[in-house]
Amino acid sequence: MNSLNQITEQAREVMRRDTTWPFLVPRKRSVNVSKNVILYLEGLNVSFDGFQALNNLNLYVNDGELRCLIGANGAGKTTLMDVITGKTQCDSGSAWFGQNIDLLAHDEAEIAQLGIGRKFQKPTVFEAHTVFHNLELSLQGAKGVWRALTATLSGSERDRIDEVLEIIGLEKSRHQLAGALSHGQKQWLEIGMLLAAEPRLLLVDEPVAGMTAEESERTAELLTSLAGKHTVIVVEHDMEFVRSIARTVTVLHQGSVLAEGTMDQVQNNRDVIEVYLGEEA
Amino acid sequence: MSTVKTAAQPLYRWFAEFRQPGRGTSWLVGVLLVVTLAMSAANLLLPPESPLYVSTYTITLMGKYLCFAMLAMAVDIIWGYCGILSLGHGAFFALGGYGMGMYLMRQIGDRGVYGNPDLPDFMVFLNWQELPWYWFGMDQFWFAVLVALAIPGLLAFVFGWLAFRSRVTGVYLSIMTQALTYALMLAFFRNEMGFGGNNGLTDFKDILGFDLQADSTRVALLLVTTLLLVIAFLTSRAIVQSRLGRVIVAVRDSEARARFLGYRTERYKVWLFVYSALIAAVAGMLYVPQVGIINPGEFSPLNSIEVVVWVAVGGRGTLYGAIVGALLVNYAKTRFTALMPDAWLFALGALFVVVTVYLPRGLAGLFDRFTSKNAETAWPERAKESNGGLSTAEVSA
Ligand SMILES: Nc1ncnc2c1ncn2[C@@H]1O[C@H](COP(=O)(O)OP(=O)(O)OP(=O)(O)O)[C@@H](O)[C@H]1O
Ligand SMILES: [Mg+2]
Repeated sequence: MNSLNQITEQAREVMRRDTTWPFLVPRKRSVNVSKNVILYLEGLNVSFDGFQALNNLNLYVNDGELRCLIGANGAGKTTLMDVITGKTQCDSGSAWFGQNIDLLAHDEAEIAQLGIGRKFQKPTVFEAHTVFHNLELSLQGAKGVWRALTATLSGSERDRIDEVLEIIGLEKSRHQLAGALSHGQKQWLEIGMLLAAEPRLLLVDEPVAGMTAEESERTAELLTSLAGKHTVIVVEHDMEFVRSIARTVTVLHQGSVLAEGTMDQVQNNRDVIEVYLGEEA
Repeated sequence: MSTVKTAAQPLYRWFAEFRQPGRGTSWLVGVLLVVTLAMSAANLLLPPESPLYVSTYTITLMGKYLCFAMLAMAVDIIWGYCGILSLGHGAFFALGGYGMGMYLMRQIGDRGVYGNPDLPDFMVFLNWQELPWYWFGMDQFWFAVLVALAIPGLLAFVFGWLAFRSRVTGVYLSIMTQALTYALMLAFFRNEMGFGGNNGLTDFKDILGFDLQADSTRVALLLVTTLLLVIAFLTSRAIVQSRLGRVIVAVRDSEARARFLGYRTERYKVWLFVYSALIAAVAGMLYVPQVGIINPGEFSPLNSIEVVVWVAVGGRGTLYGAIVGALLVNYAKTRFTALMPDAWLFALGALFVVVTVYLPRGLAGLFDRFTSKNAETAWPERAKESNGGLSTAEVSA
């Protein structure tokens, strides 16, 4: 009798009219940035076989900001991006995207669909595809298997691709295989793939590695122009480049934040000078 | 020297047509249809004394080759386009074959040696009193076909789901597929399984009421095989040319990148694996009535490895390359084993080594090299090294 009651109770709960079944709730939620902070990282710890790659790291990034992350090799910059994008599980800590999305509860694909795009340290494009198709695959939209089977490009998507091609200066190479591009062009294409996806937050790992001075100048221009509408986090070793785009700089050292501030503040920071002693910063 | 070259030019250009999306399709389909139709006509209409007469043996041989071609295409879809090197596709082929074999077995009825109307001979021999439950309904053609598709499809789904969700890739995945087919082989060897043990299923009499020994049935089977191969080819072609196909190639070349763009790559892999297994199962179903037997030997790991060699020879990632490769290598095998039966495996190994070293993109790549145009599915140099390629050491082992 009692169990019957329980079952009816459960059934009633399931059939309630004022709620929606969990699997019917749209998975794609938009990020809530009412407090003007888009990324909260608190107490992050990641260790690889006992090596502490991230050590109680705290970082807050404002919506629309352009933030530079610097730090020596092995400081944990890439690992930090891995945690944000769901590639690496952290041992402890929390990572929130806006007020409402717990990044640690999602996997890579979901996080990408939530609006976080990422450029890898080593340029990674689909080499067997043309530049155009690389961008097509990056477009925002449904990413399911059955949708992909029947997908055709709409006019507005075509326009978006053309727009991105113009921004990254690859209009002429649109039908070239991505594998045949130069290193710098691949970097650009990968940035273009991020743009095509129109993410809220862009994580850009070493965008100017292997670029000529002129190319990196254009990259600097592009990244600054993106800030405002998008939030951009850039990791870069090239100090000149960082100086040219940076508003706020965060220095990572051995997996935690060593200093934060404008370029000048950071450069005059005692700790930073100590760590970088002898190194031109 | 130069005359040879100029003479060969049209041939290269003709072959290169295959690579052009639209026209390549019609070429291959056209050649297949014309050849099989001509063979069929020559078999049925000409008297055996005629020099152009095609023997029923040849008809059946061709049908067998076309089944292998379909199997090779199934492997190419996942290996060439998605970088998943399956060394166990023979399992899906054999399961499809067993499904058809069960139907054909039930068709024998009381014409078996023991004259039992319900039980196949091997069950009578084992003193079984009644049909095992999984044999029920297999006397209905439609049901048998359904089962012969559902079982391999389900197996591929479960296997793929487990493997791809836990992100098993590369050599480990290949070994798992190999273990899968090996385990099935051991299981099917057992008499208790109820599939005829190591003799398998054989002595078939007729299919859908038509005598399997009749020339016209043989010809019809060849034509049906051709037709289904063409349909499978066109469907696969449509898939790899859709956005789905581009995502699949993207997964092959950089799975991480695809994931960070929001694609659930494991789902793409699972569905492609299931599709490929279904094609292999269809090939197996067509194979059994033509060769007249299915036994656990079809699950042999070596069979699956041979398929990979056919694809490598023809050129992976082209679909038509797999078909051409399967036809050529099997023709060579027939010829070769007639001369030196024991040396075939060595020849096959040598062929694979030569192809991997000198023709990484197979015959398709060879002919492609003579045409300046680079098709979009070309295998990029980088991916070639990093993705599930079989090293020469592995194959000669
Ligand atoms: N998967 C892994 N397994 C083991 N150790 C790792 C792994 N990933 C990173 N590490 C280690 O963690 C440390 C931090 O690496 P990370 O790539 O985050 O550094 P980084 O700041 O990006 O350096 P760089 O400027 O060289 O790119 C390094 O010492 C690295 O060797
Ligand atoms: Mg790094």
